[in-house]
Amino acid sequence: MSCWQTVQDYGLRAIGIGERLLPREGFDLCQQFTLIGSGLIWNVYFGLLALLVGFFIANAVALCKASSNPWIRKPAEWFILVFRGSPLFIQFFLAYFIFLRIKQAGYMPWLTSAQAGALIVLVLNTAAYSGEIFFGALRTVPRGEVEAADAYGFTGWKRFVSIVWPTTMRLAWPAYTNEAIFLFHATTLVFFSGFPTWRQQGDALYYANYFADKTFNPFIPYPIVAFYFILLTLALIGSFGLVNQRLNRHLPQERRTRLKFRPNIIR
Amino acid sequence: MACYLTTGKHFGFYWSFVTVLVLLAVTAPTALLFGFGGASAARSQFPPLRWFGTIYISIVRGVPDIAFFLFFVIALDQGFEFLRHQYLCPDWTDRIWQGNDFVVCSAAKLPLGSAPQWVHEVYGFFLAVLTFAIVFGAFAANVLHGAMQAVPRGQIETAEAYGMTRRQAFWHVLVPQMWIYALPGLSNLWMLLIKATPLLFLLGVEDIVYWARELGGTKQARFSDYPHGDWRLWYFLALLVFYLAFTRLSEVVLSRLTRRLSHGQATIGATA
Repeated sequence: MSCWQTVQDYGLRAIGIGERLLPREGFDLCQQFTLIGSGLIWNVYFGLLALLVGFFIANAVALCKASSNPWIRKPAEWFILVFRGSPLFIQFFLAYFIFLRIKQAGYMPWLTSAQAGALIVLVLNTAAYSGEIFFGALRTVPRGEVEAADAYGFTGWKRFVSIVWPTTMRLAWPAYTNEAIFLFHATTLVFFSGFPTWRQQGDALYYANYFADKTFNPFIPYPIVAFYFILLTLALIGSFGLVNQRLNRHLPQERRTRLKFRPNIIR
Repeated sequence: MACYLTTGKHFGFYWSFVTVLVLLAVTAPTALLFGFGGASAARSQFPPLRWFGTIYISIVRGVPDIAFFLFFVIALDQGFEFLRHQYLCPDWTDRIWQGNDFVVCSAAKLPLGSAPQWVHEVYGFFLAVLTFAIVFGAFAANVLHGAMQAVPRGQIETAEAYGMTRRQAFWHVLVPQMWIYALPGLSNLWMLLIKATPLLFLLGVEDIVYWARELGGTKQARFSDYPHGDWRLWYFLALLVFYLAFTRLSEVVLSRLTRRLSHGQATIGATA
């Protein structure tokens, strides 16, 4: 069987297109690269969607935590504490059993599938982590900028949208880049926690684990996963770097902060 | 209820908390040692050693840690068995990787097929510790490398001006001073290590996640003296609370430690 045939059979296997059975023999490099690569679809799906939705929630959470009203501040603080203080792995398990209860009660049966349920957990998790980052940045917005805005007659919402928020983003962006990278790394946990795999449609690590179990040779599938994830990480750094450039475009060239990959905030 | 919580199985569950704590206690110093080795290697003047250190530091950062966990457990196991095989059975002629099988002579099996159950468990635990130490050692190496860079250059230059050799300057000037720069990163790492302990479950150790699934599930409970429905939700809620309390406690202790250590140091940490 030629490699092109394998790509046609298994290239989209992770989303249920192509051959139904996973390969049973051969396990050559081509098969492994194709199948693990097709699993990457789910990593990107979880990562991108969680990042997108989580970004908005995180902003709301950061604002709530900065609020002076304790009825708004306390829930945000607890939300961040719970999601940052406990392992994501346990969160997945707990969420799965909660969703199972809801399903047994007869509501929303789709919640127990990994594609929906795990996504919700990831969204909340990244919202808590990035919320803390945004909150930290919000508190370090230079006082002078706010005073200048006051002097120009900016108030309330207008002041926040055009002065405070852009600066917050600018300050938070390097840390947020790290958070995004680790969010993508965390997506590999999904199919190893309680969530079941439907028709063996798993993510990259799921297929790598499949191959390692079949061949007793961890030295090929796991480096392939590593290779794919390094590519993914580089792509992320690149695209976040573009945003960073845009955020800092008003600064003179030499004062712009380059994005550096420093894994300080890790789950 | 009191009877339910004191069945033999539940003592297995409580015992697994001890397992997790032991893992933390053993892994943290080991990882620190690995990290120190990696960071020193990355500063070495001998190029291959420096490359090794730099690669060790940088490779773990771009790849999910769980991939490493899954990888190292098999890789280390096979590595040990392979070495023992070379040593114990030199006249073995068959190939070790036969297609999709990994075959070593029975004397080289680790642990031996005849070994009692607890040897298997201890060996599994040992592999887990080693895996954790390698992965977190790389993170620690990254932190310590940054801390070594952060020690003001003038300090080293002063040491050299006093006629210290490179080695002396490293041990007497750089190492004592770097800890305060490393502490924020290391405390972050400690939190991370706590939060990575449930991954023990994936390494085949009977840890708290394993017991919570077993005890909470209906399968066993139905045939025991205390039948109950699906209680896994409550077991995992208990685990969540355990971890929350643990991380919160560490946070308090670490912030005290930071304040004490930064006393009298010329860093921002002294004021913050």
